[in-house]
Amino acid sequence: MSTDSPNDSAITGDVARADRIRNRHARRLLFTCASVTVITTVAIFAVLIDNAFSYFYGVTLHDAILGVTFEQQVSFSEFLTGTRWAPDHARPAHGVLPIVYGTLAITVGAAFVSIPIGTATAIYLSEYASPAVRSKLKPTLEVLAGIPTIVYGFFAISFITPLFISPLGNLFGHHVGRYNMLAGCIVVGIMTIPMVSSISEDAMSSVPDELRNGAYALGATKFDVSTKVVLPASISGVFASYILAVSRAIGETMAVTLAAGFQAQITGNPFDEIMTMTAYMVSMARGESAVGTVEYQSLFAVGLVLFVMTLTMNLLNDWIKRRYREEYQ
Amino acid sequence: MSTKIDDELFGSADLQWEKLKNKLFLGICFTASLFGVVVLVFLLADVAYEAGIGIVEFDINIGQFLTEGGRRDPEDAGFYAAIVASVWLMALTAVMAFVVGVGSAIYLEEYAPDTRITRLIEANLANLAGVPSVVYGLLVLAAVVNGFGTGSILLAGAIALALLIVPIIIVSTQEALRAVPDGLRNGSYATGATQWQTIRQVVLPAAIPGILTGTILALARAIGETAPLIMVGILFTARRPPGPLDSFSAMPSQIYVWAAQPQPHFHHLAALGIVVLLAFMLTMNAVAVFLRNRYEREL
Repeated sequence: MSTDSPNDSAITGDVARADRIRNRHARRLLFTCASVTVITTVAIFAVLIDNAFSYFYGVTLHDAILGVTFEQQVSFSEFLTGTRWAPDHARPAHGVLPIVYGTLAITVGAAFVSIPIGTATAIYLSEYASPAVRSKLKPTLEVLAGIPTIVYGFFAISFITPLFISPLGNLFGHHVGRYNMLAGCIVVGIMTIPMVSSISEDAMSSVPDELRNGAYALGATKFDVSTKVVLPASISGVFASYILAVSRAIGETMAVTLAAGFQAQITGNPFDEIMTMTAYMVSMARGESAVGTVEYQSLFAVGLVLFVMTLTMNLLNDWIKRRYREEYQ
Repeated sequence: MSTKIDDELFGSADLQWEKLKNKLFLGICFTASLFGVVVLVFLLADVAYEAGIGIVEFDINIGQFLTEGGRRDPEDAGFYAAIVASVWLMALTAVMAFVVGVGSAIYLEEYAPDTRITRLIEANLANLAGVPSVVYGLLVLAAVVNGFGTGSILLAGAIALALLIVPIIIVSTQEALRAVPDGLRNGSYATGATQWQTIRQVVLPAAIPGILTGTILALARAIGETAPLIMVGILFTARRPPGPLDSFSAMPSQIYVWAAQPQPHFHHLAALGIVVLLAFMLTMNAVAVFLRNRYEREL
């Protein structure tokens, strides 16, 4: 660097200042980008609550705050305890329970598929599989996770229902229609298997070999090591994967809409058609044309319930990860 | 050879049974992991079979399918308008999600001080990744479609998809930035470069293959998303290829419209649509894998 000419150093000083200013601008711009994610969350809350308010009171919350008069149209007790859901019906009923039941039925049914199969897959990948097998199997399961949910819905109505569920229903003396609860459970279960298996496998693989070797030295078989050492040692990660899979199943939309149908009812019969909260939202989506109608308002009331359910799952997931984390160094 | 001590130690253990149990368990786990693979094979075979039936028995002309817009009559229906809509959606989503996602990741990795606000942003990311896609659709429906009064236009759909994949892009970009060794940054600082100069001229060039790979994988996820588009738009069959400010029906929503019809002809059109959609996704994934393999070695 030449410091001989004063002119030169003056330029350097100006350039350096310009560079510092540019750095500050860049930093501010990038911070704006990062704040978009926070704004998104706030906006989701605001939009859902604002419009859900109009379902109960006929006006949006911001209109109510600005002084528009309103009176309650739908009572919270009917919404939360009523057992008939038909807000757009000539004789409307506002009990959200049937579609909450639909969502929970699919979620629980799917968990019966994804949790046992996903956990067993994770144990196989982490404890038994040779590196060569694992390097083939893992990407294949990831493909399963990448298939769009609409394709799973198609798979349900064109393969699972006609080939498996209809014969099974006939065996039990039930007529199985195009849509049924069982098909929804199975496809959602299948699509959440990779979630359970890959996150559980990560947790199991991070259990240090010393623990395994200690058990082997005592004469334990791989079965003992897997179930009595590895699984308990990785339980926080394994549970986290279950909760993520459940959370995903709650919010799952297209596969359950195509597989399980649009009949809002509380039924224990797996061959019956049911409606989940998400399927209701798909059936009521009318774009911009429906603003102010009860169909439009109910979208947000249901959306708020759905959002609260998945948010609870995510917070639970966070809590479990922090509370039960086992660190091995 | 069993001694007295052996009997005392292992007398109660039925080794035969222990070994059998181990084998059974291996069998169960192996079967379970094959289950996913078998389902994948059946799923792909089913789609191919249904599409094949459509071509052979319902005389769906592939050329017409790829060049005609949607029609009410299944005989004349095509996928062209939906393909164009999806390509537009991907282009707009890519621009918006890339700018916001990569910008956020650079801020969080390179600039952010360890303050409460930073931790809030980080914690919020995990939460956003768990929000169901249909909720993003509701957000855009209320805030953009009706809030700004844009109507159900393609751009609104792109905004919903961009919001959906921003958290994914942020996480993958953060990983790519973390993989750049600090030595490179320090070398740049030692020459007197500012932080922004270092990021732009040293860190980003080193991390760009990883960032692009993550972005393309996120877009491959977005192209198959249906629920947000259904919330934003109206379910209908698009005749003409749309522009960014037109109403639209993209590939996945067109597939849904067809799959929900009772007539078998539409069912096979949906299968053929899925083949096209999967081909798009496969291409995007292949590009991402190619980028990763190509540039991973040079880093």
